[in-house]
Amino acid sequence: MKVSCNIKVNHLSRVEGHGNIRIRIKDGEVLEAGWDVVETPRFFEAMLVGKLWENAPWICGRICGICSIGHTLASIRAVENAFGITPDRQTERLRLLLKHMETLQSHILHLYFLAAPDFLQLGSVLPLIASHPEVVQRATRLKLLANDACDIIGGRRLHPTRTVVGGFTMLPEKSQLAQLKARLEAALPDLTKTAELFQTFTLPDFVREAEFVSLKGKNQYPFIGGELVSSDGVVRAEDDYLQMTNEYMVDHSTSKWSRLSRQSLATGALARLNNNFALLYPGAREIAAVFGLQPVNHNPFMNNIAQLVECVQVVMDSIAITSELLAGSWQKPRQPVVPKAGRGVGAVEVPRGILYHAYEFDQAGRITRADCIIPTSQNNANIHYDLIELARQSAARQKPDAEIQRLAEMLVRAYDPCISCSVH
Amino acid sequence: MTARERTYLGVPVSKPRAAFFEFTSCEGCQLQLLNNEATLLDFLSLLTIVNFREAMTEASDEYDIAFVEGSITRDDEAKQLKAIRGRAKTLVAVGSCACFGGVNQLKNRFNDLAWVKEQVYGSHAIDTREAVPLSAIVPVDLSIYGCPIKKEEVERVVTNLVLGKSIDYPRYPVCMECKANHNVCLFDLGEPCLGPVTRAGCDSWCPSNRFGCWGCRGPAEAANVRQLRQIMHEHGFSDEQLLDRLECFGGFADYVTELKRAAKE
Ligand code: SF4
Ligand code: SF4
Ligand code: SF4
Repeated sequence: MKVSCNIKVNHLSRVEGHGNIRIRIKDGEVLEAGWDVVETPRFFEAMLVGKLWENAPWICGRICGICSIGHTLASIRAVENAFGITPDRQTERLRLLLKHMETLQSHILHLYFLAAPDFLQLGSVLPLIASHPEVVQRATRLKLLANDACDIIGGRRLHPTRTVVGGFTMLPEKSQLAQLKARLEAALPDLTKTAELFQTFTLPDFVREAEFVSLKGKNQYPFIGGELVSSDGVVRAEDDYLQMTNEYMVDHSTSKWSRLSRQSLATGALARLNNNFALLYPGAREIAAVFGLQPVNHNPFMNNIAQLVECVQVVMDSIAITSELLAGSWQKPRQPVVPKAGRGVGAVEVPRGILYHAYEFDQAGRITRADCIIPTSQNNANIHYDLIELARQSAARQKPDAEIQRLAEMLVRAYDPCISCSVH
Repeated sequence: MTARERTYLGVPVSKPRAAFFEFTSCEGCQLQLLNNEATLLDFLSLLTIVNFREAMTEASDEYDIAFVEGSITRDDEAKQLKAIRGRAKTLVAVGSCACFGGVNQLKNRFNDLAWVKEQVYGSHAIDTREAVPLSAIVPVDLSIYGCPIKKEEVERVVTNLVLGKSIDYPRYPVCMECKANHNVCLFDLGEPCLGPVTRAGCDSWCPSNRFGCWGCRGPAEAANVRQLRQIMHEHGFSDEQLLDRLECFGGFADYVTELKRAAKE
């Protein structure tokens, strides 16, 4: 029998923010399918106009509760680039460590609390508390480690207090870092167990070719600053980010959309991994190999696995960073800031993909123009076209309605969209 | 507190049905609830969660307590908030966005929504209105202040709510907590701080991290902004810097109007 269905999911659950899925199929033919973003916009770029530079990281962190650290760091980088400030090695290392811990926190939240219930045919993680306490305990243990690390480095786990233009207001105690290092080492077996759990899940078999955009690592897997790259071979300087994003508006979304060489582009863990696979730690590559994940992988559901691989990557790198910091003595935490007129761009890889902040300043360091381009807004078009293709393939394979809806929801969740962030 | 022990002074405590909603916000306050790994499970055992879109698919319209995050910036949000108010016995405003408008209300200061829209969306039509706190639309029973909220405070408020105990907030300013934490005053380190006028309860979260307070919890009782202005001037900080902090989260709206007037004189 040919598939006919009318699927409407308003305010999809277990994602951050508000988005709707619609799929209409009649007699095996897809009449319409798509992804609508209905989130209320907040207008951060307007809010900043006229504000002194020191407001930017503090206000912009509030674009997103989940990746507030990433926003704060991108904002700081944009200001520092405009003022000609280069962070010293200590600041650079501490920022990366903080960034890693946000990545770990966010990926674990997504893998265990948002994505895993789909594979277990559950509505939420809550039933697991009774049925599989050790799984929930492992997830909370990993998340707690990451959050505690953000507390000691950034001052708190969200909307950090210690991260400022020029460096940090204060530094963690060495004893706290040593403790963190021990907990990071203990986290590796937990991640192995996480990989074992995900091996028991069946990833939907779906492929749609996409263009992947991320930072381009030089000698380390990239998270903060550097050149921009796409899997279709486009390479641009950080300052030329607008050539990678090409934003435009569509009527069914309050979030802007992006494109590059194709109809749409993808960013996020899978994009980073596709573009920088050789720069992963061997231990992280081993996990990728277990799942048959190698570049360039075009199955969007693989983003879950890419996040898992990155968890291993950031924990291993964090062990290396804490070792380095523990071996040296503390230098002063921040350098002085002298504002000047000009423009600065900060590109940072946050859990859901590449994030850009760009500001223009007058001589007094007041913001005259601000632009923030969010990973999920770059992904929205790709999610939309993936949904259309998923509807088409599902209709061709004569899948039942409920299955099509489940796959569609899982597909959107695989991108781990941060919708309120995309409509900032 | 585990499921077994859910009694207070030997009296069994009912588990209220709780729902969580978010309007215009960063969803960080909701995340603070999930972020509290150490006590999350105990906290959850106090309530029957019937609606938490960010964490679960199941949803119900029957609940006793509604926890609402975010400010109101569109008519459909106002309508939905009224419906929530109609269903909930207790409506709790969670975080500065819900209590004061939060950072979202920074766009109101231009008094020019057309310009604000144009800055971000160009000529593309987009629906928005001035960002307002929940209390501008419906009566609010309880407020949990902060951007973000402090998890310990949420747990205290929720526990007291469930147990039917009275809920009180500190009336004194952040400075009191800062002194109790033996911090060096930021003014002595050359940094501005809103601690003298801001409602305590965050345990001087920012000053304890050597970062000045930005007043996210709103004014303390008898906040003397005029005196703070003098302190700021004495330490070489401008009215603009004071204003930036006062207007950041919306809690000091009345003081901002006054300061803007004073600064012009
Ligand atoms: S009060 Fe702050 S942390 Fe809470 S939702 Fe609003 S912006 Fe986010
Ligand atoms: S640092 Fe701020 S809160 Fe602490 S004593 Fe000084 S003014 Fe008060
Ligand atoms: S110190 Fe001030 S800005 Fe920081 S959390 Fe407390 S009230 Fe909010």
